[in-house]
Amino acid sequence: MANRPQPSFPEPDTQHFWDGCKEGELRYQTDSDGNVVFYPRGHSTVTGDRGLSWNVSSGLGTVYTYSVVRQNRMPGFQELGAYAVAYVDLDEGFRMMSTIVGVSDPTTDIHIGQRVKVEFEEQAGDDAYPIPVFRPV
Amino acid sequence: MAQERLAAIAGIHEYPLRVAPGVSSMQIKADSMKRALDDAGLDWGDVDGLYDALDGEGGGGLGLAAYLGIKPRLLDTTQVGGSSYEFHASHALRDIAAGRCNVAVTTYGSTAASMRVPIGTGGMGRGGASWQQNMEAPYGGTLISNYAMVAHRHMHEYGTTTEQLAQISVATRKHAMRNPEAVKAMTDLQFVKVDEITVEDVLESRIIADPLHLLECCMISDGGGAAVFVSPEIARDIKKKPVWIIGAGEATKYRENGGDITTSAGAQSAPAAYGQAGVTPDEIDIAMIYDSFSITVAVMLEDLGFCAKGEVGQFIEDGHLAFDQPGLTLNTDGGGLSSNHPGMRGLFLLLESVRQLRGESNSQVDGAKLAVAHGNGGLLGGTHTGGTVILAAD
Repeated sequence: MANRPQPSFPEPDTQHFWDGCKEGELRYQTDSDGNVVFYPRGHSTVTGDRGLSWNVSSGLGTVYTYSVVRQNRMPGFQELGAYAVAYVDLDEGFRMMSTIVGVSDPTTDIHIGQRVKVEFEEQAGDDAYPIPVFRPV
Repeated sequence: MAQERLAAIAGIHEYPLRVAPGVSSMQIKADSMKRALDDAGLDWGDVDGLYDALDGEGGGGLGLAAYLGIKPRLLDTTQVGGSSYEFHASHALRDIAAGRCNVAVTTYGSTAASMRVPIGTGGMGRGGASWQQNMEAPYGGTLISNYAMVAHRHMHEYGTTTEQLAQISVATRKHAMRNPEAVKAMTDLQFVKVDEITVEDVLESRIIADPLHLLECCMISDGGGAAVFVSPEIARDIKKKPVWIIGAGEATKYRENGGDITTSAGAQSAPAAYGQAGVTPDEIDIAMIYDSFSITVAVMLEDLGFCAKGEVGQFIEDGHLAFDQPGLTLNTDGGGLSSNHPGMRGLFLLLESVRQLRGESNSQVDGAKLAVAHGNGGLLGGTHTGGTVILAAD
C-alpha cells in the first residue's frame, strides 16, 4: 500500500516515541511512582507531575479488541482490502491502537486474547517513520 | 416524588427534510428556532439565552447570534459532539434556575447528506498534529470501526450476539415506519428497503466494520431543529404543556490503560441525572438513546441502569424496545438508524422525549410520564462524552 499516514511534527509529546520507532524500540513512560503513562505526554496522568521516565517495551502483548475495516474512503486505505484495527494491551500495562498483520484473512484469523508482538513496518521515503504494527506469535 | 420544577422545554421543532439541497445549515437553525418559538407561543425577541454546539457555516456560536439578530444575556457554546444538546439542556436547567436567563434556545443545522460528508467511513486523523492523532492516524481506523471494537469486546465478555443487537435496528425501524418524516427520509436517501425489517435483514446486510452490519449503522442525512428552554414563570403561559427538565448528568470517558471499553461515560452521567431527578430507572417510560450504532444503544441500556452490565442481550430477548411491547420503550421517532442523523443526533433525543410526554408521538406510549434522553458524543471506543437528561410531564 501507499505509506500509512505519518505522525506530524512539531508535536512535543510524541516525538520521542516516534524517534524510538526509528531505533526499533517501542517506548512508553512511567512516573516516579511507577504508574504507566501512555499515550506519551509531558505529565503523569495520575499525579500531574512532570519528569516522566522513558522505558522500552518488550513489544509483547494481547489483543484487547479489534475490528476489521471493510470500507474506508480515506486515500491510502480505500484501495486496501479488509484490514484490522486493534487495541493491543502490552505486557508492561499500556494499551495502544495498532493493526494486526501477517494473517491471511483478518476477518477469521484474529481474535480477542491473541498473543502478538510488535514489528516496525518500514515506510517509503528516507525520513519516514516506521509504523509499529503487531503480528501473532 | 419530590421533583423540582426549575426549567422546562416549552417549544420544539424538527426540520422535516433529510435531503435539503440549496439550504444552508444556518438557515435550518434560524428556521427551526422560529418554529420552535411558535410552538411555544413565544416571540423572537423573547430569547435571552443562546446555547450552540458551534455547528453551521461560519462556526456558529458568536456568529449565530449575529446571524439571528439577537443579543442574548447568556451565551454557551458547549461542543462535546453529538451529546452537546443534552449538555445544553443540563446547562439550561442550571442557568435558568440561577436566574441567568428565562427563554433560551438551542439550534442545530446540518447538510451532511447534501455535502456528501463520509462521517462513518471517511477515516480519521486528518486534523493535523496532536498527541492523539499522532498515535492513531497511521492505522486507518474509522468512526464505525471504533464503535465496532466495543461491540467485539462486549460479545467476547458477555456472549452478546449480532442477533440480539439486530433487534435494536428492528424495533427502531418499526417506529420509523410510523413516522411520515422518517419514511420520507429513507425514501429520499434511497434506502434499499423502506419497510419494516427483520433480524435476518440485518444479518444479511453487508458488514461495514466487523462485527457491525450496514443496518446497525445510522444514516447520514441533512436536518436540524431547535428546542426552547424556559423558566417556570414563562412555562405557565405557553401554548402547550411544559415538559420539565428534572435532572441532568455529564461525564467523559476515554481510552485508558487497562480500562473497560464496554462501559461508557453514561455509567457516570446517568446516576447523577437520576439522583438530581429523584427517580430510578424502573420508573422511566421512554428511553431516547443515541443510536449511532446498535452497540451504542446496547451499552447505554446497561449504563442507564435498565439492566446489569453484560445482560443487555437477555434484556432485549425478554421483549422491550418497541412501543407496543410492555416495558421500556426505545427511540420512538425511528432514531438515527431510520429517521434522522445529520451528525449530532442529541437534539432529536430531547425533541421526541417532549413529543412523548406531550402525547404527540407517532408511536405514542399511553400515559408516558418520564423520559430519559441520553446522548453520546465522540467515539464510544475512544474519547467520548455522555449527557443524560431526565424529563417529566406534569
